[in-house]
Amino acid sequence: MSSKETARPPGLRPGGRAGEEAGATAEPGARPEALAGGPGPRPSAGAGRSRAAGSGGAAAPRRAGRLDRQTAAAWVLILPFVLLFLAFTAGPVLGSLGMSFTDIRQRDLRTPFSVNGVGFGNYVKAFQDETFRKAAFNTAYFVVIGVPLTLVVALAAAVLLDRGVKRFQALFKVGYYLPVVTSIVAIAVIWRFVLAPDSGLLNTVLGWVGIDGPNWLASKTWAMPSLIAMAVWRNFGSAMIIFLAGLQGIPQSVEEAGQIDGASSWQRFRYLIMPLLRPTILFTSVTTGIGYLQFFEEPFVMTQGGPLDSTISVSMYTYNQFGFGNYGLATAMAYILFVVIAVITFIQFRLLREK
Amino acid sequence: MRRTWWIYLIGVLGLVAVAAPFLWMVLGSFKTQGELLRVPPTWWPQDATTQNYNDLFSKANFPRYFVNSTLVALVVTAGNLTFCSMIGYALAKLRFKGRNALFVLVMATLMIPGMVTFVPLFVLVTNAGLANSYPGLILPFLVSPFGVFLMRQFFLGLPDDLMDAGRVDGSGELGIFARIMLPLTRPALATLGILTFLGSWNNFLWPLVIAQTEDKYTLPVALALYSTGQNAQNYGLLMAGAVVVVLPVLVMFLAFQRHVTKGIAITGLK
Repeated sequence: MSSKETARPPGLRPGGRAGEEAGATAEPGARPEALAGGPGPRPSAGAGRSRAAGSGGAAAPRRAGRLDRQTAAAWVLILPFVLLFLAFTAGPVLGSLGMSFTDIRQRDLRTPFSVNGVGFGNYVKAFQDETFRKAAFNTAYFVVIGVPLTLVVALAAAVLLDRGVKRFQALFKVGYYLPVVTSIVAIAVIWRFVLAPDSGLLNTVLGWVGIDGPNWLASKTWAMPSLIAMAVWRNFGSAMIIFLAGLQGIPQSVEEAGQIDGASSWQRFRYLIMPLLRPTILFTSVTTGIGYLQFFEEPFVMTQGGPLDSTISVSMYTYNQFGFGNYGLATAMAYILFVVIAVITFIQFRLLREK
Repeated sequence: MRRTWWIYLIGVLGLVAVAAPFLWMVLGSFKTQGELLRVPPTWWPQDATTQNYNDLFSKANFPRYFVNSTLVALVVTAGNLTFCSMIGYALAKLRFKGRNALFVLVMATLMIPGMVTFVPLFVLVTNAGLANSYPGLILPFLVSPFGVFLMRQFFLGLPDDLMDAGRVDGSGELGIFARIMLPLTRPALATLGILTFLGSWNNFLWPLVIAQTEDKYTLPVALALYSTGQNAQNYGLLMAGAVVVVLPVLVMFLAFQRHVTKGIAITGLK
């Protein structure tokens, strides 16, 4: 279980966390051999050793001996990770799958092997549960609106910093990134006061321009958009940094070529810059999407899922089922979320991969 | 030249939008309950008070939560620095059977939501007698796939000649790792350290389920439970609590921000 907050999401959470494409975007300047997965054997080192041994003919077994030593050292170095990984990640992932097919409840905690298998019963129960379907809808709402909005704001901020703001660029960059490193719980507590109906900051500012703001978090219509706005506010800095790195990797000559051809600045951005940013957009949409699909703290602190379940998320409902002691049902719901995350990540890769 | 002023204006308005809730929090933490409920709200505290902080540190047990958060974050960070650099080096620089399979496996787990593992993890940790204990809070986070990835990427960029030179000098493989290669990764270790500390400090779901009595709460757990429990209407206390949760990471981030943004550039991940 890795922390979502680093990731998002996390808080990135968190968390954004997705690995596959990272190798490609990570180190544009990396040596080809490094990307290919590591060093080949170096003949020079073997030669040095065999001279010390005084026998040129023994070079081959000696190199094998060196490899054995490497293997032994590698085992020592990976052992702590492997043990912790098996116990606290791989084991629970499989355990969760197993539990999702059983009727395990809180009272079975001390005797996890005395429970009965129920096949796909928990999955059926989850899909038949109206609140779960509501939670799935809310999560989709949050992701479908929230991810594009976050990326658009992040890209706009990145372009603003890359093209317009030359002086104090670092100050702006750090400023926009600040909310990303702060606790979602604390942010959610603060935003509850920002969004308060009468004494809140937002409605006061809206009042200056003659708008009578609603009671945001108590409204079935406005609660979810409020959570989305807060998520965009908190997370856009993370994608912005990645976009900024992507933009700075595009050579000036690309824009100059467009200028010579008489393209307007919007055309240059749309037809020259955007296609070159495709891998970056893919990466940020995957990480942001994974984080948003798991949103949990926001409704937990700000609305407790209300009003009338209008902001309850799959993660939060899963947590509630855990709280009720329905461990089998909770793990089934978590696995449904897991499968959805995997499928959506896969689709994003297919959609945004080079045409 | 003419168009730069409005670009800066937009930039500054953006900064104001980002900073305003934080300012609201800090100023609010010095207001009395009565003033916090006033309509229209005051911006600057009319009669500034430190009562909220006094309550936080006397009535509520925030010093304890602060110590818990710090302790957990420090141990988790130390574990990640040690274990992730070890396996990161092995994955980048040593040849052994199953290396690629191991790497793919680690990367695949980046995608797994915390929600998927926490129920069986809870059963496991409870049955091991570690519920509501520091080891229970710490052990599941001692390594992270993100850390492995970051350290591997960094080690890949170091030249192999250094290792070969060490071998010629008769150093063992582990000596080469510890004495020659590891000291060169200081920038990556700084990045991993700061990101891990921030992640642990802000971590919520696991401490929420495993810390069952007040004396084991971390700051986010305490703040969340205060904000949804009987103190939900005690606005000043919650604002001050949010300050205590947020301020240390803001200071830390501003001090080390170069390492944070560099780490994102190295890995593309946060």
